[in-house]
Amino acid sequence: MTTVNLLAYRDPELFARLLRRIIPALEEQVQKLGRRVRIMEVCGTHTVSFSRTGVRQVLADFVELISGPGCPVCVTDQSDIDHMIAYAKRPGTVVATFGDMMQVPGSAASLRRQRAEGADVRVVYSPSQAVDLALENPQKQVVLLGVGFETTAPGVALSLKRAARDGVRNYFVYSVHKLTPPALKALVEDPDHRLDGFLLPGHVSAIIGRRGWTLLELLNQPAVIGGFEPLDLVVSVYRLVQEMKRPVRLVVNNYGRVVREDGNPAAQRLLEETFEAAPARWRGFGMLPQSGLEISETYRAFDARVALPVDRPVTKAVRGCRCGEVVKGKETPLQCRLFGTACTPERPLGPCMVSDEGTCSIYYQYERSHHRDRREEPHEDYALARGWRQPDA
Amino acid sequence: MCLAVPAKVLEVDPTRLRARVDYLGSQTVVGIALVGGVQTGQFVLVHVGEAVQVMDEEQARDGLALWREWLDDSEPAGLP
Amino acid sequence: MRIMLSHGDGGSLTHELVAQVFRPVFGDELLEEQGDAAVVPSPSGHLAISTDSFVVQPLEFPGGDIGTLAVAGTVNDLAVSGAVPEYLSVAFVLEEGLEMALLRRIAASLARTAAAAGVRVVAGDTKVVERGKGDGIYVTTTGVGRVPEPGRLGFHRIQPGDHVVVSGGLAEHAVAVLCERAGIRFDPPLRSDCRPLNRMIQDLLAQFRGVRFLRDPTRGGVATTLKEVTLGTGLDIQIEEGRLPVRPEVGGALELLGMEPWYLANEGKVLIVVAPEEAGDVTAFLREYPGQELAAEIGRVSAGHGDLWLKTPYGGRRSLGMLSGAPLPRIC
Repeated sequence: MTTVNLLAYRDPELFARLLRRIIPALEEQVQKLGRRVRIMEVCGTHTVSFSRTGVRQVLADFVELISGPGCPVCVTDQSDIDHMIAYAKRPGTVVATFGDMMQVPGSAASLRRQRAEGADVRVVYSPSQAVDLALENPQKQVVLLGVGFETTAPGVALSLKRAARDGVRNYFVYSVHKLTPPALKALVEDPDHRLDGFLLPGHVSAIIGRRGWTLLELLNQPAVIGGFEPLDLVVSVYRLVQEMKRPVRLVVNNYGRVVREDGNPAAQRLLEETFEAAPARWRGFGMLPQSGLEISETYRAFDARVALPVDRPVTKAVRGCRCGEVVKGKETPLQCRLFGTACTPERPLGPCMVSDEGTCSIYYQYERSHHRDRREEPHEDYALARGWRQPDA
Repeated sequence: MCLAVPAKVLEVDPTRLRARVDYLGSQTVVGIALVGGVQTGQFVLVHVGEAVQVMDEEQARDGLALWREWLDDSEPAGLP
Repeated sequence: MRIMLSHGDGGSLTHELVAQVFRPVFGDELLEEQGDAAVVPSPSGHLAISTDSFVVQPLEFPGGDIGTLAVAGTVNDLAVSGAVPEYLSVAFVLEEGLEMALLRRIAASLARTAAAAGVRVVAGDTKVVERGKGDGIYVTTTGVGRVPEPGRLGFHRIQPGDHVVVSGGLAEHAVAVLCERAGIRFDPPLRSDCRPLNRMIQDLLAQFRGVRFLRDPTRGGVATTLKEVTLGTGLDIQIEEGRLPVRPEVGGALELLGMEPWYLANEGKVLIVVAPEEAGDVTAFLREYPGQELAAEIGRVSAGHGDLWLKTPYGGRRSLGMLSGAPLPRIC
């Protein structure tokens, strides 16, 4: 048995052949609709993959990709972000966070700024490092900011189990973990949604399985679970367009190497044991029923909300910020008047500009130049005009 | 939303539920509590330092083979 | 033994520190004179002077330490300016409580690196700050070099049609340091590329008249450095992702951490803008040097609007800006 070459999913030559084969089907659908196909890539990592690889641009004549509520930083409600920052201000507290959260602007400050002002904020790569921090700092309270979806929550669940088993009493989790299907349900049930189909998050699906998306089947929505390599992207888009043409839609699993029908039952059981589904507030959506993960009764001693309450911080919305509409795919960043002027990756006002997978940040990095006014002539003689280069140098 | 890479399991420590894995030549240790029974030589999907799923190698090969076949097939039929 | 505040007060302990830690490793006759300033023979013509402070954490990392970095950083800044580095001054700010053994190791590696680069350490200073007011060791180095051909290199020489060459694999320093800092262990450890490049660059300039511009792509990586070039010249540069050299294990670690190699620091690589007819030979020439085995032509200069473009292997291209914010490991 030869071992599988996973890098083959990045093969540019195979990609080019697949693309050529797929384009007629995309063209056909564009003609039928009289406009480009509108696909929501739910997952922020898909958003990044489409842009990084240039596949977004390659498909741009046929497909309009709309980023969905799959960037955990972006969908985290402002009041939750302010709560996290409040923990950073709490004396004797170490805040452990994934790098993603460091720059997210709260109403008054970001974690990065709090750190500059003396707060103890540590970037961790894995939740188990946060438990290590608690063991290394027994006189302090360590709070892990539990951000992320179904893929990330099991890792945090394991850290809770380890803390319970080893009697680590100074480890806490502030959980804003979220469940993806309820947000998609809310999107589909919105009567003026303008989406033709969904590209579903491959790594969330690795946990919840194809079965986790039954509700989309019940609503007869075209949907494909896809991986993240260039070949995955282009084939997933093709299969999604094929699914749109069918009267009865099934959720197609185009990421079979990782996604099973039932997902990962061990991870699901672990989530049931350590968390319970609860209503949660999403940026842009507001309160969605059974869409968040709260720490279960058994592990309540580790729940920062319960065991380590902080005063409710004052939350102010940023005037003019359209992140709420952007995460629902109803507006593009170009429709926001703060975009690229008051709000930039260097000085982000909204979370969609902070995260590398935030729609605004992606637009700023990858899309802005395509929209920029190109009327000026190329600066062939710019250096010459400035006297930096001699004629015929 | 969830960055994860497929890494090859080199060595399993069943008591501590950890495994040494290799991804493109860089080796590191990940947790395997979520993928009970994983064995040396298998690929696992790694996210935040935990293996969250075992890769189905047959599917990985077949998926590619299917796409290749479809390309080689002169009849303009759709992917199943 | 540990550093105490009185090691920095100029009294007997300071003299002891110099005599026992620094003089044995540096041992330059000019330092031996113990004057208030080093008096050195002056090369005729133009001088290049560069200064840089080093605050890296951790102080020691796979492939180097703050000592190697303090030499490589300043020497490379001189070298890419077309200068031949001659002298170095070194100032240490030590934190009270620092392990003497660690200081000895770092001083020794600094001295070794300078000797290997053929640069004399002719002046130095040490201060000690209270515990908690420093990060172990800060080092500032100032380098002086002579410039054989002023004006030979610079933005003004870059022309449409020039090629861009990078001397080896990207992101090796950043990954080594980030992994140590984030507590992520790779085996074997990913090593920093930190090294002085002055000898290689002198050879390069002696052999290739078509070299127009050099820069060491340190913080912000290759993308930020090239963006400075496009903004400074008003020309466009397009680099090809498929040509960017990255060691596979570095690439793997970067994917795990969610980072892009072109935004990460190098401490032993140089970016070269060169006339098209010499680009191939320059690349082959570089590959003969240690640590530069992956040297590659990565892109081209063209007329434009000051944009930096990254062409992907899949047909699209995107515009790259400067790095914004410090790179951090991501999960998403």
